[in-house]
Parts: sequence; C-alpha cells; structure tokens
Amino acid sequence: MDIDIDEIIERYPGKPEYLIFLMQDIQAAFNYISPEALTLVCDHTGVPESQAYAVATFYGSFSLEPKGENMVQVCLGTACHLKGSGLIAENLMRSIGLEEPGTTEDLKFTVETVNCLGACALAPVAVVNGDYQPKVTSPKLMKKVSKLGSE
Amino acid sequence: MQATAKKTGQAKLGSLEELEQLRGELTAAVDPDQTLIVVCHGTGCVANGSPGVTEALKKALADAGEDIKVVPGIKTTGCHGFCSRGPLVIIKPAGIFYQQVKPADAEDIVAQTIQKGETVERLLYKHPQTGDTLSTTEEIPFYAGQQRVVLQNIGQIDPTDIEDALRAGAYAGAAKALTAMQPSEVVEAVTKSGLRGRGGAGFPTGVKWGLAAKHGDVEKYVLCNADEGDPGAFMDRSVMEGDPHAVVEGMIIGGYAIGANEGYVYVRAEYPLAIKHLEMALADARALGLLGENILGSGFNFDIRINRGAGAFVCGEETALMRSVEGKVGEPVPRPPYPSDKGLFGKPSVLNNVETWANVSRILERGWEWFAGLGTEKSKGTKVFALVGKVNNVGLVEVPMGIKLRNIVMDIGGGVPGSDHFKAVQTGGPSGGCLPWEDADLPVDFDSLIAAGSMMGSGGMIVMDDRDCMVDVAKYFLGFLEEESCGKCFPCRLGVPRLRETLVRFSKGEGTAEDIDDLYSLAEAIKMGSLCALGGTAPNAVLSTLRYFRDEYEAHILEHRCPAGVCKDLITYSIDPEACTGCHACFRACPQNAVSGEKKKPHTIDESLCIRCGMCMESCKFGAIQVV
Amino acid sequence: MLNLTIDGKQVQAEPGWTLLDTARQNHIDIPTLCYHEAVEPFGACRLCVVELKVGDNSRLVASCVYPAEEGLEVHTMSEKVKNVRRWILEMLLSECPASEAVREMAAEYGVESTRFEVKNPEEECILCGLCARTCSQVVGANAISTVGRGPSKKIGAPYMIPGDDCIACGTCLTVCPTGAMRARFDQVRGVPAVVMARSGK
Repeated sequence: MDIDIDEIIERYPGKPEYLIFLMQDIQAAFNYISPEALTLVCDHTGVPESQAYAVATFYGSFSLEPKGENMVQVCLGTACHLKGSGLIAENLMRSIGLEEPGTTEDLKFTVETVNCLGACALAPVAVVNGDYQPKVTSPKLMKKVSKLGSE
Repeated sequence: MQATAKKTGQAKLGSLEELEQLRGELTAAVDPDQTLIVVCHGTGCVANGSPGVTEALKKALADAGEDIKVVPGIKTTGCHGFCSRGPLVIIKPAGIFYQQVKPADAEDIVAQTIQKGETVERLLYKHPQTGDTLSTTEEIPFYAGQQRVVLQNIGQIDPTDIEDALRAGAYAGAAKALTAMQPSEVVEAVTKSGLRGRGGAGFPTGVKWGLAAKHGDVEKYVLCNADEGDPGAFMDRSVMEGDPHAVVEGMIIGGYAIGANEGYVYVRAEYPLAIKHLEMALADARALGLLGENILGSGFNFDIRINRGAGAFVCGEETALMRSVEGKVGEPVPRPPYPSDKGLFGKPSVLNNVETWANVSRILERGWEWFAGLGTEKSKGTKVFALVGKVNNVGLVEVPMGIKLRNIVMDIGGGVPGSDHFKAVQTGGPSGGCLPWEDADLPVDFDSLIAAGSMMGSGGMIVMDDRDCMVDVAKYFLGFLEEESCGKCFPCRLGVPRLRETLVRFSKGEGTAEDIDDLYSLAEAIKMGSLCALGGTAPNAVLSTLRYFRDEYEAHILEHRCPAGVCKDLITYSIDPEACTGCHACFRACPQNAVSGEKKKPHTIDESLCIRCGMCMESCKFGAIQVV
Repeated sequence: MLNLTIDGKQVQAEPGWTLLDTARQNHIDIPTLCYHEAVEPFGACRLCVVELKVGDNSRLVASCVYPAEEGLEVHTMSEKVKNVRRWILEMLLSECPASEAVREMAAEYGVESTRFEVKNPEEECILCGLCARTCSQVVGANAISTVGRGPSKKIGAPYMIPGDDCIACGTCLTVCPTGAMRARFDQVRGVPAVVMARSGK
C-alpha cells in the first residue's frame, strides 16, 4: 500500500474540528490508526494526544490495531436479530476460533457485528469484503469464509 | 461535478426567473410519452442484484438494435420501497410494475414489453390473497394505501441528476422562501404547518427555529441529523439516496429562516451511497448557484458540509452530535443551555433530521395550509416507516399520521407470513416499545404511541410473530443500548447493564416475581435520572413488554419455559422421525457431533452435547428439526 | 435576585447560579460526586438530581448544571430523588466497593449492601472524570482522559501507558472524590509519568 500519510494530513485545515475527518481517512487508507499516525494528526490539528486517544477509543469505526485481510460484518439490526443473526455470528466466530468480534491471530479475518445496515428486506444479512450476502445462513456464511481462508 | 453546469450550458442562476426558465426548458426537453425503463437502485435492490439487471437491459436494447423504433431511456432511481420484491423494474409511462427481475429477464422485457407492448406475465405482482395478477404500481395494495409526500420523487427521479430533480420541482420551495418571504415569515409558515420533528421526540419544528432565529445577528448553524442509528430503520437513508435535493433544499430554507450561513449534514458512515448522492447533490447545487454566495440574487449566502459518523449510536442525540461535529468525543451535555441558544461551537443551532428537512421543502413548495390539512390535529403530515420483520411486504412506506397500526401492517404490509395477526409491533427503535395485537386499531401518531408506552421515534416498525420472544427482544435492545451508552452518566452506564443482566437471568428461567418489582424501580431511576434520552428511554423495551406480555415473563421465571422457543437455555432441539429423510445434512452441520444416525434413517440429537446453535435446523431442507 | 422555593423554603438566587449553588448558599445539602468548583459542571454522576415541580408535572434535573429560575419549585429529598440516589449508590457499591466515600454516602441513604455482583473488590474509581477534567481544564497538561465508551470506559493516558504529558503535579489526587487516585499515588509520585486509575479491563 503506497499511501502517503502526509498527503492525508494535508487534506484538511489544522483545526480540532477536522480530527475525526483525518482519523477516518487514515483508518480507510491503512485499515487502522497507528500511534505514529495519531501523533501526526495531533500535531496538525492541535488536539492533545489524550483527547485524540479518547476519540479513537470512543467511536466504533476506529481501530488502533491492524484489521484482518478479510472483513466479515454480521448485521445485528432488529430485523436480522429476529431472523437469527445472533446465532449466525456466534457460529461463524466459533468456526474460525474467535470468542468475540475481533481479528483472528493469523490476521486472516476480522469479524464485526454491526447495528443495522438498513437492508432489512434481505435479513439476515452479512457483508463479506463489501459484498452483501442476503438471507444468509450459518452454513452459507461459513462456507464462504472458509473458501476465503484457503485462498 | 462540473458536468451539470456544462450539460445545461448554464451559468449560475441569478434569480427566481432564471431558475423557473431553466426548469421549463428541462421539462420541455423530455417527452412524457416516451417509453422509459426505470430500475430501482436503492440499497436493497442493489444488494439483490439490480445493477446486473440494468446492464442486461442495456445489452438487450443494444442487441435488439434497429428492431426498436424509438429506443427507450433507462433511468436508475432511489428506493421504490417494496424492498422484499426487488429488484424492481417499472416501464413508463404505462406504469408496468415488474418485480424480482433477474438479468436473464431483460431479453423478454425488451422483446415483449418494449417491442410489442405486452406484459411479461411471470414478472408481475400477484395479489397474495386474491391471486389476481396486477400489472401497475397503483393497483398493488402496498402502494395503494400510501400517501407519498416525503417520498414523492423517490423512485421517480434520477438522484444523481439535478436536472431530473428540477423537473420534479426541486428548489421551488427554497426559491419562494428566499425571494418572496422574510425569514420570520418562513418560521411562521413552518410553525403554522404543524410540522413536528421526525427524529424522535416530535418537537414542533417551527418553534425550535423561532428560538434560534430570535438571537439576531450572530453566527448560527443548521444541522441535519442523518445518523440514522435505530436498528431496523432506513427511511433517512432512502431519502438521501433517492432525493438528496429535498434535504439540501430544506436546509437552505432553514438556514435562511434562522439566519445561518452554514449547514452540516451528519451522516452514518455505513451509508456510502447516501453520502455519494449527497455529495453530488451539493456539488450540482453549487454549480447552479443554489448554494454559495447570493443564492438566486437574494443576497443570502449558504453552504453545506458533510460529516461522516464514526460509529456511535449516541451521536443521534443532538448535543452529542454537535460535539462530534466539533471533532470531540460524542458525549451528550446537559440542557439547558439548549442548542437553539448554545449549540454547535457554542453558537445558536438548529438540528432536524433528514425527513424533517425534506418535509420543510414540501411545505414551502405547496404552502403550510396544504400540509396542515394532512394527518391528525396534533400530528400533521405523513410519516415514513421502515416496515420490517415478520411481515410479507418488507419495505419503506409513507402513510398519513393517524392511520391505524392494522392498516399499515395488515393491509399495506400484506400481513404476517403464516398468521392472521402479529404478536407485537415494535416502534421507536431501542427507545420505543412493543405494541400488542390488541392495539391494532391504535392510531399511529406522536401522542397515541407515547400513551401506549412506545414512541414514534424515527420510524422503524418491526413486526413480530409468535416465534419471537418478548423477553429476548427486551434483552436484545438493552444489550444494544449497553454497548452504545456513552458511559458518561451513572444511571445509564451502571443501570442499563443491570437491567440486561436481570433479563439474561429471566431468559435462563432464573429469577423471581420480586425481580420484576425491582426491575420497575430501577427502570424508573434510570428513566428519571439519566442525562440524555438514550438512558432516559432505555428501559422502555422492558417496561412495554412487561406491560403487554407479562405472561411471557412469568412463563420464563415461574415455569422455566420460553413459549416462543427462542431462549437457548429453555429449549431443546429434536428431530421429527417422520420428516427426517436421513440425508445427513444436520450430521455434517453439527459442530458438536451431537447428531447421530445412519444415512437414510431418521437421526437423533444427543441433548447433552447440543449447544443450541441452530446449525442443524438451518441445514435441514425438510423441516424435520423442531424446537421445544 | 431570583425567588424560588427549595423543599418548601423561600430562597433567593443570583442570576447565573445553579440550583446546587442556590441550595448550598442556603445550607441545604445536596450530595455530589462528579462536581468540583474548579472545573465546569459535568452533570454525570446524577447524585445531585432534584425534582422540579410545575403544576402536576415533575421531572428530575441535575442541580449542578440546572440554572436557578424565578418561581421554581424544587424538592431535594422527594421519593423520586431518593430512588435515583439509592439505585446509583447501590450500583456504585458493586462497581467500586473499596471506596469509603461511596460507602458512607450509601449508608446515609440506607444502602448498606448491594445485590449486584462485585467484579473487583479493590476498585475505588467511579469514573466521574474529575481527574481528567482537572488535568485538562485547570492544569492544562491533558495527560489523561476517558478511554473507550459505555460500561468499558476507563481513565488513562494514551494507550494506557505513562506518557510525558504528566507533570506529576498531583492535582488529580486532590480532586478525586473517592480516593481512587490516592491509591495509585506511589506509582505516580516523582515520576513524570501518568496516573492511571482503572487501568486494564
């Protein structure tokens, strides 16, 4: 990945209100926010590091550690919950050795549970590397994931 | 995004007359009788494969070549609402409604409908009760019962094309406000319309504006809450995706009314398509001079910026949202001071949600008198609901305020699969409550819902049937809120987990009747004591289910039974030997090796090994696995 | 001057006073944990809630942030108020059972024990955030902040590792209402490193 962090930093004026914008762009570019990146953001925006750390740990979309190669999101919105998405998430995590949402040790997979993707007509829904999996079941999702794992 | 200005060859519009002239030219350039193929590109249809359908249609048209005299246009639009029937294709001007269209159907649509003017029978909607085949949108009960105001252009216009939006009347309301009305008259019109905020609490919009407007000549802000976080709700997403100009226009009007020159849209990052369409709308509006300096020669300057949410449900709360826009941790702050006095960056600010802003556009376009004529005495206008869960017609519906719950779920929604009633309808998201079948005739308006122990919220409407457990549902919402609590105030941070833990015990068949009394007392303390509405409404899910489904709680606690067959610790899986074909699918699926049996002979489950993951049931194609 | 009643007593308030200011000026006791004169009121612990009655309607507000207004009818010890305080205190007893200040305050409200699970018997920190707010607003060092959100919220320095921003001034110790900081004083004193309460999960 050849992304210049300085280029990202320069996208926004050096004001505290751009802290979240910068962190979002860094998260998108590098898949996580490294301590070095956080320091650069603080220097640029003038936000104390402790405040920036508070922000980074408050919002769910930021990660301070690298995420897995493959991202699986299981929707736990109400419609999906009623159609068993909680069990689907549990079954998937068990099958790849995760106790709770997070990243596998080999950095192959990150499993996240998300609140609602607004695709309730397709419930239960999972998103694998950006692709919606409508009306997903545990066997279907686990098959898809194990295929990715062997690639 | 300079494309628009280039396409029209249009310089920035300097006056109302220039806007109307452009609108006239754009409208005249389109022949209303020309055949047009409309493909829904809302998130639901896209996930179901509608882009493939669009490509296939284009290819089929190209392949047909000279056989088609007048080549129809293809338009991709926002969500048509009938998500469970997607991908949707509509042939205009006849209005032929095709549902569940696959790319392979494209050839038949072109050969039969476009070339011969005949309908493709298999793609038409069949009335589930009468079995009649219905060929146009208007005939379908899902649409016939609706009244589309906010959604009027969605599914009609190409949301990425400002010209198409202008043809549909976009910016007429803003133009009227800016060029023919004083700011105070705009506030008055919105007040008189009776519009109440569509984001949750239903505060009168015009009153809110008036409070900020009275601050005279200081920096002020308008904000759009597009952080639609309620699980099971996607109204705002569809509005932004399908008619972003309605939001932009509403904010221009609001900015003018209160004297703000800057607007912020705070939108969930989980809605990439909505963000993209909003960004296009803003760029196109700027190119035409509908945003920026001296809009339409009125002397009013206004522009809008987008903030993407970073994943915190609490940022739907207005003070938390404003802190987040400032780049800070999204913790709510106590009110007073109210945001209309001290809001974003400490300046007077007005926050409304997406649907409210879209309504503002319509009110200014058509007049407050028209709007005040819709709905009920205290809840004017319409409301958009995301109708989801155990209902036949899952999708987005817009209905007049005051309509009965029954009409929405049973008529428009087509009822509950395999049942003649719903068990409960959950409204208001995690802050709301569950209404029972006995309340089917409840009029759906702000005050009736509150009186029934729920609330309007932003418009999620989740239908539940007899297989849904109310203890589980309450536990689910509390788990959601526990995770989403900001952790600032003690009653919410400490209390919501304690409520959930109590429900976890209930779901295991533990607990006593005394626990229910304690639950009421703690719930009261959390409601009364919390800093913001997240905590203040968190106990609603428990309180409303206790109010209407106390039997079910007692079945768990006293009889150690989950009547709906949901709570893991109170159920067992078994295999019906009559239905089991011995196909071995469950045997392979079970992660615990709890299933045994020879091939082609009925299988059995060893209860002591079973972890109730449901994998066997999901893998069984014969419905042989039962939950008791 | 503004005229209002607190617990049936006619009192006066200067414009700009909060209800807590007004009560304390009039020797009416309202308990607080997250409040300190040195920093902006926060309204988090909710122990200072009081009941406002307007006709038949009533609601609870945090007196540390709610402004005194002409004609308000304020009740500081109504059943609703006591219910909120008792529950908060009982839950605090399970969260931070080692804090003497919390135990004393709970006892005043008749809460001697907790029905909730005690996770860490050593814990004293109530997460009022006074240490972090003082570090930021008064000292200006910004060495510590809240970390995370919801029930897993903590207080700490970035990455929960002592950093150079701490100037070891000890102000956080003096404002801490429960002694949670004091218990960690030896780990902090003399070392230009950060103070950490509730470190780890």
